[in-house]
Amino acid sequence: MQTAAIQAIIRFGFGQRGIQPPPPDPEAWLAGQITGPDTAAFPPGLPSVADGLIVLREQNKFQLPPGESLVHPLYELDVAAQTEQVLTTDAPFRERLVWFWANHFTVSTRAGGTLATVGPYVREAIRPNVTAPFFAMLLSVMRHPAMLMYLENDASVGPNSPVGLQTGRGLNENLARECLELHTLSPASGYTQQDVTEFARILTGWSIDRNAAQPGFIFREAAHEPGSKTLMGRTFPPGEAGGIMALDFLANHPATHRHLAGQLASQFVADVPPPDAVRTIEGVLRDTQGDLGAASLAVTQLPGAWTPLTKFRSPQDFAIAALRLLDLPDGERPRIPAVFAGLGQPLWQAPLPNGWSDQTSDWASPDGLMRRIDWSYGFAGHVGQQDPMQLADAALGPLLSGSTASQIQLAGSRRDALTLLFASPEFQRR
Amino acid sequence: MLPVTRRAALLGLTSAWALGRSSLAFAQAPTDKRFVVVILRGALDGLAAVVPYGDRNLAGWRAGLVPGPVGSPGGMQDLGGFFGLHPALSGLHDMYLAREMLAVHAVAGPYRSRSHFDAQDYLESGADHRMTSGWLNRVVTALPPAAPRDGEALAIGVSIPLLLRGPATVENWAPEGYPALPPDLYARIAATNAADPLTGPLIREGYAERGFARSALGEDGVDTHSNSFATLAGAAGRMMAKPDGPRIVALEAGGWDTHAQQVGRLGMPLRALDQGLVALKHGLGPAWAKTAVLVMTEFGRTVRMNGTLGTDHGTATVAFVLGGAVAGGRVTGTWPGLAQGQLFENRDLAPTTDLRSVALGLLASHLGVPRSGFASVFPGSAGLSPVVGLIRA
Repeated sequence: MQTAAIQAIIRFGFGQRGIQPPPPDPEAWLAGQITGPDTAAFPPGLPSVADGLIVLREQNKFQLPPGESLVHPLYELDVAAQTEQVLTTDAPFRERLVWFWANHFTVSTRAGGTLATVGPYVREAIRPNVTAPFFAMLLSVMRHPAMLMYLENDASVGPNSPVGLQTGRGLNENLARECLELHTLSPASGYTQQDVTEFARILTGWSIDRNAAQPGFIFREAAHEPGSKTLMGRTFPPGEAGGIMALDFLANHPATHRHLAGQLASQFVADVPPPDAVRTIEGVLRDTQGDLGAASLAVTQLPGAWTPLTKFRSPQDFAIAALRLLDLPDGERPRIPAVFAGLGQPLWQAPLPNGWSDQTSDWASPDGLMRRIDWSYGFAGHVGQQDPMQLADAALGPLLSGSTASQIQLAGSRRDALTLLFASPEFQRR
Repeated sequence: MLPVTRRAALLGLTSAWALGRSSLAFAQAPTDKRFVVVILRGALDGLAAVVPYGDRNLAGWRAGLVPGPVGSPGGMQDLGGFFGLHPALSGLHDMYLAREMLAVHAVAGPYRSRSHFDAQDYLESGADHRMTSGWLNRVVTALPPAAPRDGEALAIGVSIPLLLRGPATVENWAPEGYPALPPDLYARIAATNAADPLTGPLIREGYAERGFARSALGEDGVDTHSNSFATLAGAAGRMMAKPDGPRIVALEAGGWDTHAQQVGRLGMPLRALDQGLVALKHGLGPAWAKTAVLVMTEFGRTVRMNGTLGTDHGTATVAFVLGGAVAGGRVTGTWPGLAQGQLFENRDLAPTTDLRSVALGLLASHLGVPRSGFASVFPGSAGLSPVVGLIRA
């Protein structure tokens, strides 16, 4: 039972926060986070995407000296608020789902302009929908300026639309392709280039009004490709409604359910999850019309999800677990973005639209481990007078190996002891 | 006590001044003297650092741990005919010859714990129990009042050790980037991961890519990061040398917990310590003449060599006192002897000098802490006398 409780904390959550006992009923604890409301409390004054776009607009008006930015302070507000949330939340399963879906629908600041919108994007398009129907999340994402900007759909114009005919501009397939490949069907569904092009036509006009008093999503009729389109053998009418119908179709496509089920099982069961685990989640998504809350609950019922330590922690997982365990007050913590970047997984900066991998082979490297060891020793300097064995017990409970426990007990200082915990094989896993 | 920036500290002081708080004078170190305390975490084997080769019982207990004789290549460096300094401590030996370094042997704190964590807390508390402030912080508050000047106490490292925590304003400083691990910690991490099919090989490869020899994994001593302590200590010296720099500094060094393969594993941390103390001296420049340094560890190690060519947790050990202000060139203290009946609990070097007496000797003669301030620095030390003559007249 104790093993299950620790497993619930590290597999579904982000590791124990401070020294506290594990939940007495782990399954009920996880379920409560899904069936209950989102308890995240963000500080007042965080920017909306409209605020972000206004500041971006102002910034683009002026020739700022190099190194100065109006957008960056706004971005920092979201970084602080959202990392604070993951370090302190008492609903870490729900929080992991937020991070999981934000990664599924990656918006990376490696593309220009997204710095102003990525923070609001996660709070506005992802977070409210982690227990909603997948269609609701997909629609929120596809209409969010951050995604429209990141994958350039705001610049895509129907060649035969009034704007297209007048300017000679045309399609940008970027968002349409990634949506089919990464967000919904996956290539396993067998879609063709023709489907990508048709979907891009469907999405023409889904854009951003940057000049409005409240800038945000706009459907530009004048840039929309006229006529009906055919996607995966299905015909959709022209106009914004046709796009919404197409997203509904994609969100509930069996191939999408299979793809999402595979990703959830990979996140919560094993790098290569057993096929029956994937089939179970796929079935729940099919039977509930893509209810992500139901799918999340079903994941907690998978027997494989309770096999300890089968997943290798990504650098962010690793750092968050260590930071949560020591539970330093805000102000004494290291700068989280610098920690993530130093360990090789900077915040909201995935190299490509497919986001960060959750596979062992992508993170378990000699240099990656050396960075963890080095950082651990630096961070362990903050241990203060806390008892390393108590911390180790809170972090791993029965999953702490005898050999790690004895190394911790033999350590010459608290700092050394905590470094040994963070550098132990079991702490690299979840 | 949170780490505070210099600016924040000054702002805090200003407001304290405006409020007329008498703590203002306490929050600074109103002295021109420099005082450095180096904590060796993990328990330095005093019998290996300052070897009592003149004691006829030594070889019987630990022949395998004694360096070559004085005068032999790579052998001990003589400290007056009875003690020899570990060969890795050549910089300290130069200071000894220049009469700037002395060793106090068979010292121990007022506690008898053999737990690292408890003993380090007691060592830093300056008591036989755990306190919420450290004795070095309380030294700042016990200094005689003087004209306000900008010079707070400074902890070198990512956080402030208990030794320096307390009511007086303290800064901490660490260089950019990650601090280097003590070499023995790398070895322990490799050992913890050795049997893991994934992390074991990756860590071995990671060490190899960094150029750590196989020796870093356990058998022998190769320098991996000996310069990191020297870097910190040199920087500390340069900061203290400034007219408005800190006057009281705490430094830490690890890697002393030599339960196994002690001969191979002790060379590295000793060399790092030695290079660091030399770097501190160079960093201080002319201010070295006004400096006293106390090097202390939580306890010593067993007199007998154990079954893995190392030593286990013990009691009395050695402390070093060095600096341009120090009346060095000797080994002081009372030698308790190593005969069977002379050992503490039949295993450890018996303590004959209370480490607090050494500290009090420095606080009184070097920093001018009045006798009336002793009790606040070391509660329950009323019966103790400061060791006299540590500082040049």
